[in-house]
Amino acid sequence: MHPFVRTILAALLAFWLPASAGAQDADLQALVDGLAAKSFNQKIDAVDKLAATGDPKVVPVLTALLEGRLFTLKDGDKLVIAERKGRVYVTTAPLGGANLGEVKKGDLTKVRVNNKLRGELRAALGGLTLLSPDPSVRAEAVDSVLKARDAELMPVLEKAMAREEDPALHARMALAHAATNLFAAKKEEARLEALARLSESATPEVRSLLNEFVAGGKGTEKVIAAAKETLEAVEGRLRLWETVGDVFRGISLGSVLLLAAVGLAITFGVMGVINMAHGEMVMLGAYTTFVVQEAFRAYAPGAFDLSLVVAVPAAFLVSGAVGIAIERGVIRFLYGRPLETLLATWGISLVLQQAVRSVFGPTNRDVGAPEWMSGAVEFSNGLLLTYNRLWIIAFSLVVVGGIVVVLRKTAFGLQMRAVTQNRAMANSMGIRTGAVDALTFGMGSGIAGIAGVALSQIDNVSPNLGQAYIIDSFMVVVFGGVGNIWGTVVGAFSLGIVNKFLEPVAGAVLAKILVLIAIILFIQKRPRGLFALKGRAVEA
Amino acid sequence: MRASLLINQRGGQVLLACMVALAVGVPALNLMVPASSAFHVPDYMVGLVGKYLCFALLAMALDLVWGYCGILSLGHGAFFALGGYAMGMHLMRQIGDRGVYGNAELPDFMVFLNWKELPWYWHGFDVFPFAMLMVMAVPGVLAFVFGWFAFRSRVTGVYLSIITQAMTFALMLAFFRNDMGFGGNNGLTDFKDLLGFDLQAPGVRAALFAASAMAVALAYLLCRAITASRLGRVLLAIRDAESRARFLGYRVEYYKLFTFTVSAVLAGIAGALYVPQVGIINPSEFAPAASIEVVIWVAVGGRGTLYGAVLGAMLVNYAKTYFTGTLPELWLYMLGGLFVATTIFLPKGIVGAVPTFGGSGGKGLGGLGKRFGRPSNQAAE
Repeated sequence: MHPFVRTILAALLAFWLPASAGAQDADLQALVDGLAAKSFNQKIDAVDKLAATGDPKVVPVLTALLEGRLFTLKDGDKLVIAERKGRVYVTTAPLGGANLGEVKKGDLTKVRVNNKLRGELRAALGGLTLLSPDPSVRAEAVDSVLKARDAELMPVLEKAMAREEDPALHARMALAHAATNLFAAKKEEARLEALARLSESATPEVRSLLNEFVAGGKGTEKVIAAAKETLEAVEGRLRLWETVGDVFRGISLGSVLLLAAVGLAITFGVMGVINMAHGEMVMLGAYTTFVVQEAFRAYAPGAFDLSLVVAVPAAFLVSGAVGIAIERGVIRFLYGRPLETLLATWGISLVLQQAVRSVFGPTNRDVGAPEWMSGAVEFSNGLLLTYNRLWIIAFSLVVVGGIVVVLRKTAFGLQMRAVTQNRAMANSMGIRTGAVDALTFGMGSGIAGIAGVALSQIDNVSPNLGQAYIIDSFMVVVFGGVGNIWGTVVGAFSLGIVNKFLEPVAGAVLAKILVLIAIILFIQKRPRGLFALKGRAVEA
Repeated sequence: MRASLLINQRGGQVLLACMVALAVGVPALNLMVPASSAFHVPDYMVGLVGKYLCFALLAMALDLVWGYCGILSLGHGAFFALGGYAMGMHLMRQIGDRGVYGNAELPDFMVFLNWKELPWYWHGFDVFPFAMLMVMAVPGVLAFVFGWFAFRSRVTGVYLSIITQAMTFALMLAFFRNDMGFGGNNGLTDFKDLLGFDLQAPGVRAALFAASAMAVALAYLLCRAITASRLGRVLLAIRDAESRARFLGYRVEYYKLFTFTVSAVLAGIAGALYVPQVGIINPSEFAPAASIEVVIWVAVGGRGTLYGAVLGAMLVNYAKTYFTGTLPELWLYMLGGLFVATTIFLPKGIVGAVPTFGGSGGKGLGGLGKRFGRPSNQAAE
């Protein structure tokens, strides 16, 4: 664009601006002109006054002064910001940035700065950005203040705190305020008060701040002793929060285990059959989710958030149907031979894995998360609860609740329990045990499919998905006791929590090994699990 | 009388004859017949069949506990791998200062991990007899301790299967850790020689092959001695009706413990023969899937016969080599189908389906028809 055209545009823009703004700009312009004063003290005065306005328009002027781009024009002492462009300098108005044309180097005099003025400028800029209308700029400014801990910034910081409306940013500012007081306040009382403020929020940041202060050892004995005390209190509370975090992660892992294992518990409980293909039912559920989401992406992208709601029944039906097919096609012929059933279902699991690999390819498939499942609740002390984990915990409880209702309140549930307790007697009472077996197997598999929908949100959807969960699911069922839903619930959550408590101490892999060994030893004590079915059975 | 008991099974006779023929014939055809001859056995074939023979020994070990004692171990791969690791440790110590880092004191992977001295459990493995003792002792002791707890608490059936699987899974996770001092993910490899003989030399490979064949033959005689004795009859009783055997006054857990430990030692020897022939041992040998595959070898061949396990291991592994080479997509379908078809249509395996081949051995399966009783919930009938 031609410079002349630009000037005209700038002039038009200036006319377009509201009149009231013009009046304020006049005041500002007077303050800016003060920067051209001869003595440094006068300049410092002008900078302070400009900073006190808190007007973001001042920021470019002060930045230019700090970077040596602020000049006066030789004729008329007018202040301009000038940029070198080839052999000439392009000048712009300090306020508003209107183009003032090109001048030669000889026409310009640089506004000189000394070190004191530079310090003043930096502080003023830090303060001004604290007052910026843009929250992200303010957040950055607070962070730099928190790092600098400069007593000079206190007045601006206090002003910013008074104006701040965002509670999170306000808290950060209060933290910066207390930290600055702790490190730089002159009076002992102010430092002690800062410590009291800091002790209110137990975050890792406060801990490292206090550690730094105690290690630095600058301050009276009383302050340092108080700091040590505060540090201990903060660390104690942080440990408590970490424990809470571990419990949450444990419950989260437990809910995943519960979803994966509860279907297995049903089939094992009713039929005394370990279904090695159970993990593949989970995997089929996850792939069903993938297919449903693809369909939504293709035909109804607007309703994508509903895809999981549709995927749950779809996964139940797909996995359930495959389960019934397996029961009718293979397992039916192997009743009374649990070890052979185990081998046959293992073979089925290999076939299913390879089938999925042939159809969908061996790589991970991308399953998206709907809007309402992404994001997290974050607490200031570093505890992070992601929504998908929270949803899965809730979902697992709903699924278990549903199973309990089916078992307790429906005719099918009654027949299923009868068959579990005494197959021969149930048969002679007219229950068609074959049909109950098939439906039970279908239900167990369908629940595994539902679990797959949930797992697709937190794990890779690949043909090996089921393999990763099958041994854990066995452990839960064996630990909890067969034929007992509550055993599975207790088993899943206790294994999850124990695992997560061991992890920080022993590392993830060793924790898992320890849990496995513990279960192996536990089985010795209670070969039928935590909640064994009472009965006269002598033989497995 | 005793001698005739050992070999009065036709299948067993065939097996012994085959093993002796292999032990003598293959090395001879490999080393003495010129490569141009049609009768020459190429080097790769020696390695391949040698590997199958180690698997056959492992399958026979599993058959001893599963076919005769009713213990379906899904963790026999762990004993195999432990024997292999013991052998691998000896071979690592034999490398000496010929490793990449030229450190005479430490294996390469320990130098790489900045270890300063040899962990205590590596000491002694440079001595061959000690290493051979460990090949048998480590799996044996693990099986003894594991069995002691499991059998005394009467953990049976699928529960036992699952905790054996948990055992091998836990070991796999443990051996994957670098801190364990067993080479982590990569395991032990780059072996140079055994007892001063170069492991790459055709003569040494042929000797290892012959040793594997002889090991299968000797293990067969040992297992046959166990199963044909009075003790073997008690084992069958335990397999077919454990409670009844216990009520009759037999200490079921001791019989099981003995068999389980012997079987683990045999599996360890199989692993020790396997490692120098394939040149590597890594934690994937502990994978639960690998152990279950051993079960299908036994099932396909026919359990409760010993020679059936050998036959099954050779056949399934040959099929695996063939199909993973020509039709890799199809192999898992076939393996899966094999599991299903064998359990439904061939409960006695190939040996049971071919009466002339099975001979009197088929009787060993007499009780299998109603073997495991009904599931627990019907036992009260």
